[in-house]
Amino acid sequence: MATAAFAEAGADLELVGVHKRFPGFTAIEDLSLTIPAGSFFALLGPSGCGKTTTLRLVAGLEEATAGRILIGGKDVTDTKPFQRPVNTVFQSYALFPHMSIIENVAFGLRRRRIADATAKAHEALSLVELDHLATRRPSQLSGGQQQRVALARAIVNRPALLLLDEPLGALDLKLRRQMQLELKSIQEEVGLTFLHVTHDQEEAMTMADTVAVMNKGQIEQLGAPEVLYELPRTAFVANFLGQSNLFTGPVADTTADSISVNIAGSKIVVPRARAKRHSGQVTIGVRPEKLSLHLTAPEKTAETNVLGPGRVIDVSFSGVSSQYIVAVPGLGSIIVFAQNMGAGPMAPEGAETWVSWKVEHGFGLEDEASAAPRFTADDDTATIAVQKKRALMSELEEA
Amino acid sequence: MTVQEGLVIASAADAPHPPRARRAQFSLGSWLLPVYTALALIFLLIPIAYTFVFSFNNSLKSNISWRGFTLDNWTNVCNAQDVCAAFGNSILIGVVATVVATALGTAIAIALVRYRFRFRSAISLLLFLPMATPEVVLGAGLASEFLGAGVQKGIGTIIVAHIMFCISFVVVTVKARVSSLDPALEEAGRDLYGSPAQVFWRITFPLLLPGIIAAALLSFALSFDDFIITSFNSGSATTFPKFVYISAARGIPAEANVIASAVFLLAIVLVIGQQVTAASRRKRLTRVG
Amino acid sequence: MAFSAFATGTAREQVPRRKSRVALLLLLPGILYLVLFFLVPLVSLVITSLQAPSAFGDVGSYQTAFNWNNYVVSITQYGDQIVRSFFYAVLATVFALLFSYPLAYFIGVTARPWPLLQNLMLVLVIAPFFISFLLRTLAWKSLLSDESGFVTGLKALSLLAPDAHITGTPVAVVFGLTYNFIPFMTLPLYAALERLDTQYLEAGSDLYARPSTVFRKVTIPLSMPGIVSGVLLTFIPAAGDYVNASREFLGGTGTAMMGNVIESNFLILLNYPAAASLSIILMVVILAIVTAYVRRSGTEDLL
Repeated sequence: MATAAFAEAGADLELVGVHKRFPGFTAIEDLSLTIPAGSFFALLGPSGCGKTTTLRLVAGLEEATAGRILIGGKDVTDTKPFQRPVNTVFQSYALFPHMSIIENVAFGLRRRRIADATAKAHEALSLVELDHLATRRPSQLSGGQQQRVALARAIVNRPALLLLDEPLGALDLKLRRQMQLELKSIQEEVGLTFLHVTHDQEEAMTMADTVAVMNKGQIEQLGAPEVLYELPRTAFVANFLGQSNLFTGPVADTTADSISVNIAGSKIVVPRARAKRHSGQVTIGVRPEKLSLHLTAPEKTAETNVLGPGRVIDVSFSGVSSQYIVAVPGLGSIIVFAQNMGAGPMAPEGAETWVSWKVEHGFGLEDEASAAPRFTADDDTATIAVQKKRALMSELEEA
Repeated sequence: MTVQEGLVIASAADAPHPPRARRAQFSLGSWLLPVYTALALIFLLIPIAYTFVFSFNNSLKSNISWRGFTLDNWTNVCNAQDVCAAFGNSILIGVVATVVATALGTAIAIALVRYRFRFRSAISLLLFLPMATPEVVLGAGLASEFLGAGVQKGIGTIIVAHIMFCISFVVVTVKARVSSLDPALEEAGRDLYGSPAQVFWRITFPLLLPGIIAAALLSFALSFDDFIITSFNSGSATTFPKFVYISAARGIPAEANVIASAVFLLAIVLVIGQQVTAASRRKRLTRVG
Repeated sequence: MAFSAFATGTAREQVPRRKSRVALLLLLPGILYLVLFFLVPLVSLVITSLQAPSAFGDVGSYQTAFNWNNYVVSITQYGDQIVRSFFYAVLATVFALLFSYPLAYFIGVTARPWPLLQNLMLVLVIAPFFISFLLRTLAWKSLLSDESGFVTGLKALSLLAPDAHITGTPVAVVFGLTYNFIPFMTLPLYAALERLDTQYLEAGSDLYARPSTVFRKVTIPLSMPGIVSGVLLTFIPAAGDYVNASREFLGGTGTAMMGNVIESNFLILLNYPAAASLSIILMVVILAIVTAYVRRSGTEDLL
């Protein structure tokens, strides 16, 4: 056995130029990544983006086609999974159905011939508050309990690095929130390095110190959740992590600290520091909750951008806030989230409105302008649905 | 409520059927099928009951007409020495063929599900063909091979033949089990510091065991009851089915019925026992969970 | 169960990723065994089927030749038995399907709320496997014999002519074939029906289909894999069987099937080329039928 002792603390994980090709497709292309010791790192992406493959490469369950993997500075690329100081919480939990809970948790310790395996296993089970179920079989436990056993089975080995493969995916929403908090507190308590793979952006943002958004085998952007949300670098990140209103147009004017872009005849200003491209066709964006809705034309100042007039084509009320879709001629639809300060939504469907936002809230993407999705009046499903509804209504009125 | 009833009620709710027709359909759906099933099952059991009853027949030489009840056949089975010897051969052949076929077939099943290799479809075809080939052809083919090679036919050749036709059935049975096994379980074993051998013996094997046992039982049953392939490759050796076939012309001794009935009872007890323990385990699980 | 061997199209296949020498080690012994004792015998059969009688004229002694004529002789000499084999097998398969479908439906669908009853009924279906195939058939021979209560009863009711028999007739042979292979039909049907999600049936009736239409348009298509595998598992052994049709069992003088002539040529007449050529004919016809049938019913993923 390679590692007879527990890891003292979490270790750095370093991926250097990793490629993984399967017959017929490339799962990961030239991935380099450093995860500092003791951090809670989330790999976020849609299914098929290569995040689970990355995790399996780190665990040693897949062999990299090219590149190196280092844990705590030691090259583990050519070692087998059972020789790596890494443990995984599997998506399906993979609890051994023919063993009791305690046997499951003690399995790794026994393989490494660590003394007091049973006592340590009980300790780990206590940490997840399941010690009273130690003699049960996995099938006798609920999903949330199985998830905690899987976690105990992994952390009892004190791995330098703990890998979590969408471990909360099978749980219902309430349990998932609860487990997120528990996981986070356990991570802080044991101080291990966690690498968490998920497609749930909310989960990634609440739990991780650092989030890497992955797409098509590459990392699109990496950073603290707030930074990622506030300053998405690509259209993919802007739309995968929350919602965004994106507009594309040519740069009309630049000053020392801002650029202004011509969007359907309006000049939209973005702080220079928040824009990745400063000339030519650029895509800029703003989050829906940063927008204000106005029933009369607001005054354009140096600190605000205004678009409009447009027409509210859809309102969906959800208690705390409402979502409005505003169709602006020549621009497509804009999504606005607004808190319901008064009784009910603040603008009825069909109302003429303007939207405005503070200059400091806008961001400019790095993407080539053509790559950014451009919302036109008729390729947006919401708009199509509303148009259909209109047509039907007018037909009914005529009849 | 039965599914038929559910169906009839659901479709009746759609209303185009007049109410009377609805009721007629209802009773037809709910009564006809259970009654038919009961009759069908009884029909399937008739020859078994006959064999069992005639094992108590106070027969003379042939066991065709009823001559009164006796337990002699059961208490002195080996009075008919040929029957007992043939039965012993069948057990021996069954056990050896089962052990070998199960080992070979299990290995193939694991390889088929878990590994990538060339000639995959050719191998699948080779495994499928023995099941799609009539037994006469399998028997005649082997016999002609033995004939050409000058092999003396006997118990050995019967075993060789039985292993051959059992392998495919083992592969199919175990393969289903391997496919349903979550590969993450083995990965978890490797992740938790298990060496390949430890992962196999502590995780894969125990989890495959029910499938392997099922495959072994199936092999034994196939081997024990095989007559056609055996008759081509047995030479002068006798098995229980061959003995029955040979004596069919002049009458079967009641001892043969005794052996068949005993084997039947044993198998039924085994199967039902397994069902009951499985059911009680399920019940325990649901109670706890 | 082995009986769903023919219909694994619906099973989810894992994509094996590892490539290793271990695979070879696992495959080699079993595959070698099958090559040696399944493939080589088939080749040996082909060679035997082309042999000519040895120059010395001893009975049972042949020499390697290229005697195509053996096939012509077999087909002309045993044409009746060849046709009869497939005719009987088709009849037995159809009867077994008609018998088994409602039975399998009841066990697999209707009895779902009672798993213990389901299992008990399944045990009863396979119970005949636990008693010798030959003894079962002999039991029917006695039960259908002229002296039996059944036959005398039929005669008393004038449902059967006074001088008629049941045993020794094609009716008895087809009956025996049907009976003996019913479990082979019922089990795959059960396996397919047991997986049938009743919500499909409910959806069918929700969408205005009558029960009979639901059965035709939903139940039957969804249980097709079971039907295909049941039909094959019944038809193949039935076509090659020679126990039911033999005179010591349910058959008579005019009921011999291919199996009977292969057996007598090989084991009694020692006419190996005739037996071998008949075996090859049987095998080729069955494989042709199986391939065509599997192609048509769309379950090509065999094992």
